[in-house]
Amino acid sequence: MEEDNLNEMKEMILKYVIKEYIDDDDTTITYETPLISSGYVDSFSMVSLLVFLENKFKIKIPPSKATPEAFDSVNNIVALVNQYLNK
Amino acid sequence: MSYSEKTKNLYLSQLTDIRNAGIFKEERFIHSSQAADIEVEFPSGSDLKRVINMCSNNYLGLSSHPEVIRAAHDGLESRGYGMSSVRFICGTQDLHRELENKVTEFLGTEDTILFPSCMDANAGVFEAILTSEDIMISDRLVHASIIDGMRLCSAQHDTFKHSSMEHLEEKLLLHSDKRLKLVITDGVFSMDGDTARLDEMVKLCEKYDALLLVDDSHASGFIGKTGRGTHELCNVMGKIDIITTTFGKALGGASGGCVSGRKEIVEMCRQKARPYLFSNTIAPVIVSGVLKVFDILSASTERRDKLERNAAFWRKGLTDAGFILKEGNTPIVPVMLFNAKLSQDFSKDLYNEGIYAIGFFFPVVPNGQARIRTQISAGHEMHHLETALEKFIKVGKKQGILGLTKEQIIEKFGL
Repeated sequence: MEEDNLNEMKEMILKYVIKEYIDDDDTTITYETPLISSGYVDSFSMVSLLVFLENKFKIKIPPSKATPEAFDSVNNIVALVNQYLNK
Repeated sequence: MSYSEKTKNLYLSQLTDIRNAGIFKEERFIHSSQAADIEVEFPSGSDLKRVINMCSNNYLGLSSHPEVIRAAHDGLESRGYGMSSVRFICGTQDLHRELENKVTEFLGTEDTILFPSCMDANAGVFEAILTSEDIMISDRLVHASIIDGMRLCSAQHDTFKHSSMEHLEEKLLLHSDKRLKLVITDGVFSMDGDTARLDEMVKLCEKYDALLLVDDSHASGFIGKTGRGTHELCNVMGKIDIITTTFGKALGGASGGCVSGRKEIVEMCRQKARPYLFSNTIAPVIVSGVLKVFDILSASTERRDKLERNAAFWRKGLTDAGFILKEGNTPIVPVMLFNAKLSQDFSKDLYNEGIYAIGFFFPVVPNGQARIRTQISAGHEMHHLETALEKFIKVGKKQGILGLTKEQIIEKFGL
């Protein structure tokens, strides 16, 4: 994937995560911030993120791959999306 | 023996991790009945200390009420100690059904089923009424027992931002293709003390054809003008499909819980809810006590009215003194300290001053939102509250936080 497209995707996912999950203005989220293991996103809330990714990037992520580890940072999510974009 | 040294060390290492994380829980032994004044042994082995209890769920002061105790004695004498059976074999007495009818009448629902606890009610209800074709949409701050219940259920799950009706509506739209949609909330949120916006939730559920479940454990008996709960407060009695609640807090404080609501949903629980099917229900002695509690509450609103006055006094006193409180209109009054260590030091100082109130921090509450959670009771007399307020102010001055903003406290103590 082109560098520009990759950065655009990262930014888009980061924006979604902040809008969907972060209520507190004091919280700063980066591409590396652990989302689930740090308690920002609980595992029950992942379904929205999954639906967002599938709709936005026109992909289908199998439930077995939508693990807390795969969703634990924006970088991990981008890697996951890339696997299915390239298929 | 299969408990090898390796296995033992595995657990010891995990326990050390819990200690190092500062979240190791220690029990404090109370040598008296549950009340506003209690005698506590803490740490274990130390002399008894008489303290004012500011952290129990004994909202109506009924845990040690003489009429409730007498009724429990009567139940013990007339119906025995235990049932030695689950409900559907030979574990149902007339009193169990009488209590179910009484709860139904009190909450204004169609039917009720008892569970050994509200934890069990929440563990059983979801899998009894939903399948993988359905979706559960819960407020992000619901109680841990609801989270566990949802985990045991094959339905899909999603969440909405705490009390955000806009976000809930987005989620109802997102999942409009599901067979059944169940919206789930606490009535009163136990850590923040705020109440769910049930009137708006009912409207949204009607608009999007969703069911609504409310856990009213921190509300039943005292929220609303006659204490029916948050559905009374929000003028939506008869419109909540499922209410789960406990007898382990305001309603006598012993144990037991229930699912109350639509007749068919209650019947589904009776047929399918595993904690009901595979565990004894509430013991006769407790059923008798809870029946008396409902008699007391149906005869007069005096206790919930006193609780409301006490909570208003306490909230105003702390606010005037310069503490930061979570906004709310319930007897749960969280004093915000933000820093985890400060919350522990503050609790320790209070205890030394004769006030029993616990500090909570991450992961029990969100990171950077450590607090002392105070809980007011109708069992508190004005002298209890005045003394507690005086001691809170003394410790607040010692820690130098009175009148400070959130930012100033964080600057002083860190997050």
